[in-house]
Amino acid sequence: MAGRRTFLLYTVLAFGYAFLYGPILSLVVYSFNESRLVTVWSRFSTKWYGELLHNEQILSAAWLSLKVAAATSTFAVVLGTLAALALTRFQRFRGRTLLSATVTAPLVMPEVITGLSALLLFVAMEEVLGWPPGRGTTTLVITHVTFCMSYVTVVVRSRLSQVDVSIEEAALDLGARPAKVFFVITLPMIAPALAAGWLLAFTLSLDDLVASSFVSGPGSTTLPMVVYSSVRLGVSPQINALATLIVVIVTLAISVAGWMMYRRDVLRQRDVQRALAAEKG
Amino acid sequence: MAAEQRSGSDLLSPVVGLLRRHGKRLVPLVPLAWLGLFFLLPFAIVLKISLAQSVLSQPPYTPLFEMLDDGFVQFRLFLGNYAFLAEDSLYVSAYLNSLKVAAVSTALCLIVGYPMAYAIARANPSVRVVLLMMVVLPFWTSFLIRVYAWIGILKDEGLINNLLLWLGVIETPITMLNTGFAVYVGLVYSYLPFMVLPLYATLVRLDLTLLEAASDLGCRPARAFLSVTLPLSKPGIYAGALLVFIPSVGEFVIPDLLGGPDVLMIGQVLWNEFFSNRDWPLASAVAVALLGLLVGPLLYLQKVQDRRAEEEA
Repeated sequence: MAGRRTFLLYTVLAFGYAFLYGPILSLVVYSFNESRLVTVWSRFSTKWYGELLHNEQILSAAWLSLKVAAATSTFAVVLGTLAALALTRFQRFRGRTLLSATVTAPLVMPEVITGLSALLLFVAMEEVLGWPPGRGTTTLVITHVTFCMSYVTVVVRSRLSQVDVSIEEAALDLGARPAKVFFVITLPMIAPALAAGWLLAFTLSLDDLVASSFVSGPGSTTLPMVVYSSVRLGVSPQINALATLIVVIVTLAISVAGWMMYRRDVLRQRDVQRALAAEKG
Repeated sequence: MAAEQRSGSDLLSPVVGLLRRHGKRLVPLVPLAWLGLFFLLPFAIVLKISLAQSVLSQPPYTPLFEMLDDGFVQFRLFLGNYAFLAEDSLYVSAYLNSLKVAAVSTALCLIVGYPMAYAIARANPSVRVVLLMMVVLPFWTSFLIRVYAWIGILKDEGLINNLLLWLGVIETPITMLNTGFAVYVGLVYSYLPFMVLPLYATLVRLDLTLLEAASDLGCRPARAFLSVTLPLSKPGIYAGALLVFIPSVGEFVIPDLLGGPDVLMIGQVLWNEFFSNRDWPLASAVAVALLGLLVGPLLYLQKVQDRRAEEEA
């Protein structure tokens, strides 16, 4: 009886993961197809990777997207951590409900709304203040930070609520200033969450199409915008090659991050055990 | 040299002092100011421009206030955009269609996601983290590219049709791309992780002794599921449903790439008004109408999320 149930549960999971990973796998397999007709297999070839690496348009768009993503994720981590701190460590302050609402809303807000409203703001600001001058990297980063910081807040907030507050309180009682407590005690404990938040913000920014299309200027075409205009014309083997590269990079990054966190955990446990042993001895 | 340095630090000391005394207040203030300026203020501007008229100028809309020569301020409200939206059947049907598509996709996500979340929550604790990680992992690869993958699978000479033709099940390809079916597949595929994660979070914390008690009292597993597990997983169902429903209503990429001309969604209407017709005021009116629809679900989601954050703490 129990065996049958376990079998049923694992079958459900097998179908679920097949649904999630099948399409990605098909992209990878057909990126090595020689034929221009993506889904008709002719023979193994890596020629689309070669063409991809000589596609100036894709390369320059990718470079811009990477720069925007790096700036976005850094700002988003700072702002998102401040918001998470405010929501977990500050019990009462003016605007708490407002902050909690405005931090949740960008997570689910349809991007056509975020994009349009951000663009109209930039146009109005340029009219009144003369800044930002036109649309480009600056407006892209500001728009991306606004929705990415919400994701960082979610990740950091959940970590902060697991951290033992009594350590921070002890430091405060011993006379450390709040800023010092944050940098010496809290920050090292939430560092993995900051790293995860940074990576998440980076990938979200790198991947954004809709909001970016609204706020980018003529000279600032990002990678998803190039991919989108090429995909609209039909399937293209070069996009398959690009997709495969992205999948490989993401898998590597996540494996390395996971391995580092695992190592950290093992080391910490060893330290704890050593400390306990020393105490006994 | 030393004197200069001192004067420099003297200049800075008021700032440092100010930071020391009020630094704590800046922690909530800085993110609030950012979100106020770049997230809330824009909505006011969208509302303002939705009440303007479209003109051929830079920027392409009429001003709401105008200073007249004799010192009067002229104030013009133009409600024509909203009247146009309400009268034209294209907009009304796109609006209703978006609601329907989002509701059906949410239900489908629940049907697919619930058994997965349940299976992960009941799996061996040592493999749970890996199983959960595998649900999240596709989310980290590009969303656009995952939608693109379905074009290759669903099109007339795509993987599914090729397979069925080769097996001899069908003789002519089935049209799946550019239909409502493809939009549902794309939406469920893209938003499934958002359903599974909150469901898993509630199911894994479920007190298993309750199920044992039910079984001891002679309750069959199916009955126990319906009267114990399902009601207790309601918070996860609500959170997951909102996380799928709200962004689906305004989705643009999926209906644009996978859907056809017969399935128009409100996100596409907004996009087309802005990029093709360059009618900024009408696009703003569409945004306001869409936002009005989402305010209720958004407030409810915030309540659900806050409750979950409190429980976690």
